[in-house]
Amino acid sequence: MDGVKKVLKKNSMLFVLLIVAVFFGWKTEGVLFDSQNVTNLIAQNGHVVILAVGMLMCILTGGNIDLSVGSIVAFIGAVAGKLMVTYKMNFVPVIAICLVLGVLIGMWQGFWIAYIRIPSFIVTLAGMLLWRGISLIILDGLTISPFPDEFKVIFNSYIPNPFGGSINIMCMLIAIIVCLFYLFISVKGRRDRKKQGYTVENPVPAFMRAAVTCLVVLLVAFRMAQFQGLSSILVILAVVVGIYTYYTSKTVGGRYLYAVGGNEKAAKMSGVNTNRVLFLAFTNMAFLSAVAALVCVARFNSAAPAAGKNYEMDAIASCYIGGASAYGGTGTVMGAVIGAIFMGLLNNGMSIMGVDSNWQQAIKGLVLLGAVAFDVISNRKKG
Amino acid sequence: MSRILMEMKEITKTFPGVKALDHVNLCVEAGEIHALVGENGAGKSTLMNILSGVYPYGSYEGEIIYDGKRCEFQKIKDSEQKGIVIIHQELALVPYMTIGENMFLGNERGSRYNLNWNATFREAEELLKRVGLSEPPQTLVKDIGVGKQQLVEIAKALTKDVKLLILDEPTASLNESDSKKLLDLLLEFKKKGMTSIIISHKLNEISYVADKITVLRDGMTIETLDNREHVIDENRIIKGMVGRELTNRFPARENVKIGETGMEIKNWTVHHPLVPERKVVDHVNMYVRRGEVVGISGLMGAGRTEFAMSIFGKSYGVNISGEMMLNGKEVKLNSVWQAIENKLAYISEDRKGNGLILSNSIRVNTTLAKMDKVRRFGGVIDKNKEYEVAESYKEKLKTKATSVEQNVGNLSGGNQQKVLLGKWMFTEPDIMILDEPTRGIDVGAKYEIYCIINSLAKEGKSIIMISSELPEILGMCDRIYVMDQGRFVGELERKEATQEKIMAMILKHGASQ
Repeated sequence: MDGVKKVLKKNSMLFVLLIVAVFFGWKTEGVLFDSQNVTNLIAQNGHVVILAVGMLMCILTGGNIDLSVGSIVAFIGAVAGKLMVTYKMNFVPVIAICLVLGVLIGMWQGFWIAYIRIPSFIVTLAGMLLWRGISLIILDGLTISPFPDEFKVIFNSYIPNPFGGSINIMCMLIAIIVCLFYLFISVKGRRDRKKQGYTVENPVPAFMRAAVTCLVVLLVAFRMAQFQGLSSILVILAVVVGIYTYYTSKTVGGRYLYAVGGNEKAAKMSGVNTNRVLFLAFTNMAFLSAVAALVCVARFNSAAPAAGKNYEMDAIASCYIGGASAYGGTGTVMGAVIGAIFMGLLNNGMSIMGVDSNWQQAIKGLVLLGAVAFDVISNRKKG
Repeated sequence: MSRILMEMKEITKTFPGVKALDHVNLCVEAGEIHALVGENGAGKSTLMNILSGVYPYGSYEGEIIYDGKRCEFQKIKDSEQKGIVIIHQELALVPYMTIGENMFLGNERGSRYNLNWNATFREAEELLKRVGLSEPPQTLVKDIGVGKQQLVEIAKALTKDVKLLILDEPTASLNESDSKKLLDLLLEFKKKGMTSIIISHKLNEISYVADKITVLRDGMTIETLDNREHVIDENRIIKGMVGRELTNRFPARENVKIGETGMEIKNWTVHHPLVPERKVVDHVNMYVRRGEVVGISGLMGAGRTEFAMSIFGKSYGVNISGEMMLNGKEVKLNSVWQAIENKLAYISEDRKGNGLILSNSIRVNTTLAKMDKVRRFGGVIDKNKEYEVAESYKEKLKTKATSVEQNVGNLSGGNQQKVLLGKWMFTEPDIMILDEPTRGIDVGAKYEIYCIINSLAKEGKSIIMISSELPEILGMCDRIYVMDQGRFVGELERKEATQEKIMAMILKHGASQ
């Protein structure tokens, strides 16, 4: 019983997510879990996941947030549109230009935040106005479309299925490989820890978690396999999430992010270049904004000056829902991803249910507060 | 035998997994100063938190009798209404408010929707006079020193019509003269009939000021000593605290071989970062040899910490000038990273502020200053190695923790200090600067820290030890520099050094200014 409680406590947000999913599944009479909808859900929220991962890096450094994210998405989208659609440039150099531009924007903002020490809130608020303004100038207030097909294909296609049949076997195969890989890593980690004399987690909850994770992966994959299979956006997301999970948990750079957020002075007195850590976090954020911008223009097949509105809020909310501390120092990439999925599920579920869009906004606000409150209260120390 | 003001009977308090207090009894008579002593974790603060209602009635067993009546305090306000006021170790003043505003915070003069500032400042001024503070009550709290802030806390207690004043380590961050002032103030109040309970690690102060001394150990009352004649000596108290007589408070240095000069500083001058025309460190010359423990003694604000931090990769101050030689070669260290690379270590006086990351584990804290040693290609952390490293320092330094994965924030002060020491030992320094290495640590842990320092010196490291406690400086150091107002005003060999000589050097220099 105690073990179950511990698992619940540790993964409280995951359980809230499950409950919400089941609730919408029931209310929408299963449409939510429809194979096409599962695929859509991922496509619609890809950019939120990418932005949330970047935002997490900023929040980790001590509760810093980046408000300019949505405007950068619009700006990079505008540049991509202008170059590809108006000037008919090849998409490969355009993608490179966009990513480099993202890095430059991040360096610009990071410079003011990390080296001049202007609060991130102010610098990125300025950025929010600046990049939005520039994208309006570039696009002259108009929407550009359509984008070339070979560009859209990168972000909007499906992994080909050489086997044929009504079910996409390729998709299932990859899912099974992913599950096996996950199990392998877990078992190996456990064995290593045991060898080192660590205290190992109780086998029952560990097994439960592995089983639930694999089950969810297989179910989602099965749903997608019934439709068109594995979408390229999902592959991109997996790569992004994988890289950043690894970076935050296994590298020195990641450790420094947490150290600066946990106690900046102590980090500084330990020889950590705290300015550079901050600078890199914001540079990275703008880089990921550029990635998200490319994903967005490809999906909408247009570059609009109003694109990316409120994206920063979705990203910030995802991180906090996912358990990141508003003061920095704690939070995980997986948490932010769960937060982003949670937000997406909420939007998607309510839309299918046909909830009035005015009401959707208000309900979302309350559900967000409720979700985070649940997390905070269930993690509170007793006594 | 005078009247009993307050009695705590058979108090038992358990936290999940630990019995913090086990049938503790405390009996305080009206008009006395009662000292509560014990090692860290003995249960002193827990006991006082029960008395002041921080832990509500029902969360503990036993009873409190105050002024002849049984009390069941639910919250702090309840105990304050009866005149029990606690002043916590960490000051609870708002820096950007005036002294007057702070004193009446939560207890404002005037009506709820119309504050009476005239009355506030008038009353504040009166009470400030009673505590011997001449500062105008309109002064912002951030503009006065820690010593005066402590007095403001006491004046604040007076606004609440205090009958029983509880002070938790009131002198922990005060220098000797401010401490003396505060203790004399308590004696003054006692003459007027106020009762107080004082918690302190500074035993000389206890024997100076207390009428009765209750000793706690491991959550139990050991004894209550009568000190009305002020004849109880420190060793007697220590015996009660640790359950054995500490014949020697400082471990002996086994015949150490003192080698060549490890570091030499010439004409070191540092200016204040906000007031650049002010010199915080003024033409300091010093050296330290291998295997030597050199002390820097001086009052708070003498510039000791500032000097140490400016050496350590210029982490303090502006317009730093002077020469620094390591092993005979001149070096310029412009960042903490460079300082670490050149085998310097600075162990901060402020463990929680800029020493450790409290929200992280012992493992993470141990390796933070030298991650190069636990990383593989490209910056990937070898967690197994990291674990081994943290485990070995935990064992070597006898750090008490359930595992190296425990968060540093949950450790006691002494164990935190050990983690901090381990963290810097891991960087393999040649020169270690220890800034107040035993501040706020109980007697037993202090001894262990001293042993570690001695063994480091034996390994041939050069040690600079900054301390405000004169006995510690005298007991540990081979050579002592005396610092006052940014200058080194004297140098003493171990044999010739005495407390009187050091104080005389400081006072003489102060007078000549």
